[in-house]
Amino acid sequence: MNGATWLRAAPALFGLAALLLWEGLVRALDVPNYLVPGPLAILRAFLEDPGGLLLALLSTLSVTASALLAASSLGVLLALAMAASPWARAAIQPWAVVLQVTPIVAIAPLIIVWVGDPFTSLVVCATIVAFFPVLSNTAVGLAAVSPELLDLFRLNGASRWQILWLLRLPAALPYFLAGLRISGGLALVGAVVAEFVAGSGGFATGLAYRILEASYRLRIPRMFAALVLLCIAGIAINAALAGFSRWLLRRRGEV
Amino acid sequence: MLTLRGVGRRFPGGTEALAGVDLDLGEGDFLALLGPSGCGKSTLLRLIAGLDPPDTGSCVWAGAPPGPGQIGVVFQDPTLLPWARAAENVWLPLRLGGQRREAAWPAVQAALAQVGLADAAARYPRALSGGMRMRVAIARALVTRPRLLLLDEPFAALDEFTRHKLQEDLLALWQRARCTVVFVTHSIYEAAFLARRIVLMTPGPGRIADEIASPLAPSPQTRLDPAYAALVGETTRRMQRALEMP
Ligand SMILES: Nc1ncnc2c1ncn2[C@@H]1O[C@H](COP(=O)(O)OP(=O)(O)OP(=O)(O)O)[C@@H](O)[C@H]1O
Ligand SMILES: [Mg+2]
Repeated sequence: MNGATWLRAAPALFGLAALLLWEGLVRALDVPNYLVPGPLAILRAFLEDPGGLLLALLSTLSVTASALLAASSLGVLLALAMAASPWARAAIQPWAVVLQVTPIVAIAPLIIVWVGDPFTSLVVCATIVAFFPVLSNTAVGLAAVSPELLDLFRLNGASRWQILWLLRLPAALPYFLAGLRISGGLALVGAVVAEFVAGSGGFATGLAYRILEASYRLRIPRMFAALVLLCIAGIAINAALAGFSRWLLRRRGEV
Repeated sequence: MLTLRGVGRRFPGGTEALAGVDLDLGEGDFLALLGPSGCGKSTLLRLIAGLDPPDTGSCVWAGAPPGPGQIGVVFQDPTLLPWARAAENVWLPLRLGGQRREAAWPAVQAALAQVGLADAAARYPRALSGGMRMRVAIARALVTRPRLLLLDEPFAALDEFTRHKLQEDLLALWQRARCTVVFVTHSIYEAAFLARRIVLMTPGPGRIADEIASPLAPSPQTRLDPAYAALVGETTRRMQRALEMP
């Protein structure tokens, strides 16, 4: 194995070592399952009911995907409006920040009551958590155009539409993609938090509900199994979005 | 072609970048704006391009002022679109003028061939060397067959060999296309080699201090010509004198 291969294998090796250490410690110190279950106990808990947990994961993921889609569309639209008119920028910016800094747990109950439909309300909550990185990154990207290129466009009689379509939007793409990657993780977090707040009130199908349920019944290994699934989902979303950006930028000859 | 009278420009904050600039630009001129950093060369070039208005004085075109695509510009950095291939970058000015890809392609190919890059048409900017990127930028400026070509220190970042080559190419292009060229530089050698008229500028505020008419015939051989050395010496002497004057 050469250096690069080692580097690529490093996360897996480190994880494996940590799991072995974890299992070893739990056994050596005789820690009871309801305090800290070992990896094997967690795996057993997962295998007892893989269908239920995976279905719950699917439910959470569908909220996440819908929220990410909504967040990126909303973020790009608002960023475009902000780039198009200083008036829109002044009007939108403070409210975007207000939404960004408001703890979602504080407003989620209100949203759930107002929206009514459980799925939609979860998506709304996750969208609020996730849209800010796309908005702010895209806005920066739309504005970060070289002034010399703008001059070149002006000298050749470019219309506002041409400047947007041929210069600002393509220049903003890498910024948008960087924001999208952050928003992907946030959408998952937002979905789970909203599910926690919603609890059993109506839409009890997500992973967060499985975690709550397992903790009420002191089925701690099952709770951990659900947590592990969440982590894996988060890592997968991040990796998928990173791969997507790399693919897109490479296709455009930029990487 | 263009007459500047008493042109001044002051930036917000009080910097007087240009004051009392008189300049006559004739059809077919090759003019070098030569001067130390900060003497207002780029500011003057932007005024000529019509990108900024003068604060005082007047810029008057003989006949109709140039429309879209009639002024070509090349900046110090190539400023290509990184997401577009070389040929697409060259297509850009025509595209902005409403020409579709198929209609524009012969002109794009010709412009790339003019700068010796016919083979690199499909490459992205990041796969080109600095000199090649600059050539693409020049092809992009030439593709609309502009009446006026404005260059702002285009070769300053290149190595000596590439710079010489591109200078010779530019001279040949000018002789062939017979457009009007304004070339900003802070290199006396470059100005003496390229220009028919060397305009000396001094800072604080930017003024035109002197002008030298080149006695050389435009040719790649002039670098070894004793008359070229004499012109460099003369330009150096008059630049020094201009800078010493209060
Ligand atoms: N946007 C601006 N705002 C304020 N001052 C400016 C601006 N642009 C240029 N200046 C000032 O105007 C003066 C002339 O600038 P200019 O860029 O024309 O110089 P230059 O001769 O092109 O210099 P260089 O050879 O370094 O490019 C400088 O003193 C500069 O600080
Ligand atoms: Mg300059």
